[in-house]
Amino acid sequence: MNIERFGAILSKEFIHIFRDPRSVFIIFILPILMMFLFGYAIDLNMKEVRIAVSDQCSTSLSRELVSRLQSSGYFKVTRYFEDPARSDDMLLGRKAQAVVIIPRDFEERFTVEGDASVGVVIDGSNANTASLIQGYIKGFFGGLSMRGQKVPLEIRPVMLYNRDMKSSNFIVPGLVALIMMMLGALLTSVTIAREKETGTMEQILVSPIRPIEIVAGKVVPYLVLAVAIAGLIIAIGHFWFGVPVEGSLAELALLSILFLLTALSVGLLISSVVDSQQVAMMLSLFATLLPSTMLSGFIFPLASMPLPLRLIARVVPATHYLVIIRGIMLKGNTMGQLWREIAALSVIALVFLLAATKRFSLKLSSGK
Amino acid sequence: MISGDYAVSVERLTKRFGRFTAVDNVSFDIVRGEIFGLLGANGAGKTTTIRMLAGLLKPSSGRGTVAGFDINRDYEKIKRRIGYMSQKFSLYEDLTVYENIRFFGGVYGLTGKQIRERFEEIASHIGLSGLMERRTDGLPPGIRQRLALANAILHRPLVLFLDEPTSGVDPIMRRQFWDIINSIAADGMAVLVTTHYMDEAEYCNNLMVMRDGKKVATGSPGELKKQFHVSSIEEVFVSTEMGKR
Repeated sequence: MNIERFGAILSKEFIHIFRDPRSVFIIFILPILMMFLFGYAIDLNMKEVRIAVSDQCSTSLSRELVSRLQSSGYFKVTRYFEDPARSDDMLLGRKAQAVVIIPRDFEERFTVEGDASVGVVIDGSNANTASLIQGYIKGFFGGLSMRGQKVPLEIRPVMLYNRDMKSSNFIVPGLVALIMMMLGALLTSVTIAREKETGTMEQILVSPIRPIEIVAGKVVPYLVLAVAIAGLIIAIGHFWFGVPVEGSLAELALLSILFLLTALSVGLLISSVVDSQQVAMMLSLFATLLPSTMLSGFIFPLASMPLPLRLIARVVPATHYLVIIRGIMLKGNTMGQLWREIAALSVIALVFLLAATKRFSLKLSSGK
Repeated sequence: MISGDYAVSVERLTKRFGRFTAVDNVSFDIVRGEIFGLLGANGAGKTTTIRMLAGLLKPSSGRGTVAGFDINRDYEKIKRRIGYMSQKFSLYEDLTVYENIRFFGGVYGLTGKQIRERFEEIASHIGLSGLMERRTDGLPPGIRQRLALANAILHRPLVLFLDEPTSGVDPIMRRQFWDIINSIAADGMAVLVTTHYMDEAEYCNNLMVMRDGKKVATGSPGELKKQFHVSSIEEVFVSTEMGKR
């Protein structure tokens, strides 16, 4: 490793990055765009479940219940009527996602016996939404007290770490991982493919520069950039989407660098097999997006996958990084508590980086 | 450093790609200050020969030295002592003239001061002055070609490889380019050049004509003409190509 040669590549890479408007666009605008796009698109929450109320009781108490539903922020009362037989029409006509039926004897049982009951019909055609609505309704009645009297409920779902069930807390850290992986691989593979395409790689290869110096000269600038971007999107997650950072920011930064190294290695590996920027781009997206979304626990839980897929997921860097970033951001985990994931990610990073450097050097020294 | 007087010396050099033999048992020598021309049609093996000598390809068999070092073993040492200019314009188009020179100079371990001094000297010599801050993608082909040449000789190589350096350049520019090559060789640098312009072959001290990876004729332009009983190198080339049938 020669410092002058390494420095020459390093400064040249930075000139490239800031002179090419396309790369600046990719580097800074794309991650921000993706963050907002996905941050909102993959919103598993529901705001304002549309509710119809069949009020057979029609007393001041039942009307208070309706206004409580309305003002809770979770529900929007779209229809208010008496006959419970119309409930089906409400759901079939998609006028409401759930119907709350207040029986005739509601006020009487509430004041006399203290165990009034309310019927709820939920549109079950989408299991996910249905269970969400069910959760909302349980939560609503669980916390309800009217005229100094609580409505007793048997089931109390307890949500740890994501108490307010905000899906952005779950999605945003995953998004950070996804964007970093994709961008890291994309940047490195494209920059090398471009040099092959224009013929400058050949000019470099006839010079005394060593493959390791090319690799280092390419990896370091993009690592610096990727770390800056990671900081940027984590900041968006925190300040815009309100995702907490319970743990240490320094530890998160350190482990993010480790993760980025694996992403850059993937880019190097790709660049050793392709000769054009287009192919490098396609391959990078394919090789990073698919495993990082499907096989990392980003959205689909790994526990419910068959064994072969679970095994593949073990070598996907994002799998381990997701546990780390969710742990640090949401639970306030320390590095000691995450040692398994850190060890796994370190091994993967090391293997990827070694394989990439070796393959890259081999490819260079043997000519095309 | 150079063994004997040879800047380049190869013996039975061969390169096979699978079953295809691109260069077949080729031997030749180049002394210091000599301009050596490789002639041949496309696919005759010229570029493959240069790439082996420049350390970009490993020979399948055969021996050779460049600047006194073994092409099979010491290609790292060879790389420090050669200059190379490929058919394609291989400079960074989004960088300025000076940024390109600064980068490649740095790759050869030159200091910033050395790079600036040497480039100014070369630039005034070959007509590149006042272009330092220009981006290379906005320069005309003739200027870019000279820039690539300046870039290839900045680290003062012992041997200069030029792979079809004048393709796509107009005749006057080509003429000027060859004047520069002549003065470089006069300073003691050995130059190996491939070309398919037959008039350019006349500028060379010695020539080797290749066909299907084999050496078919060698000698100075005068000797070759005498040997083939013709009056121009073009006719030499035509008669070697005719020999095919």
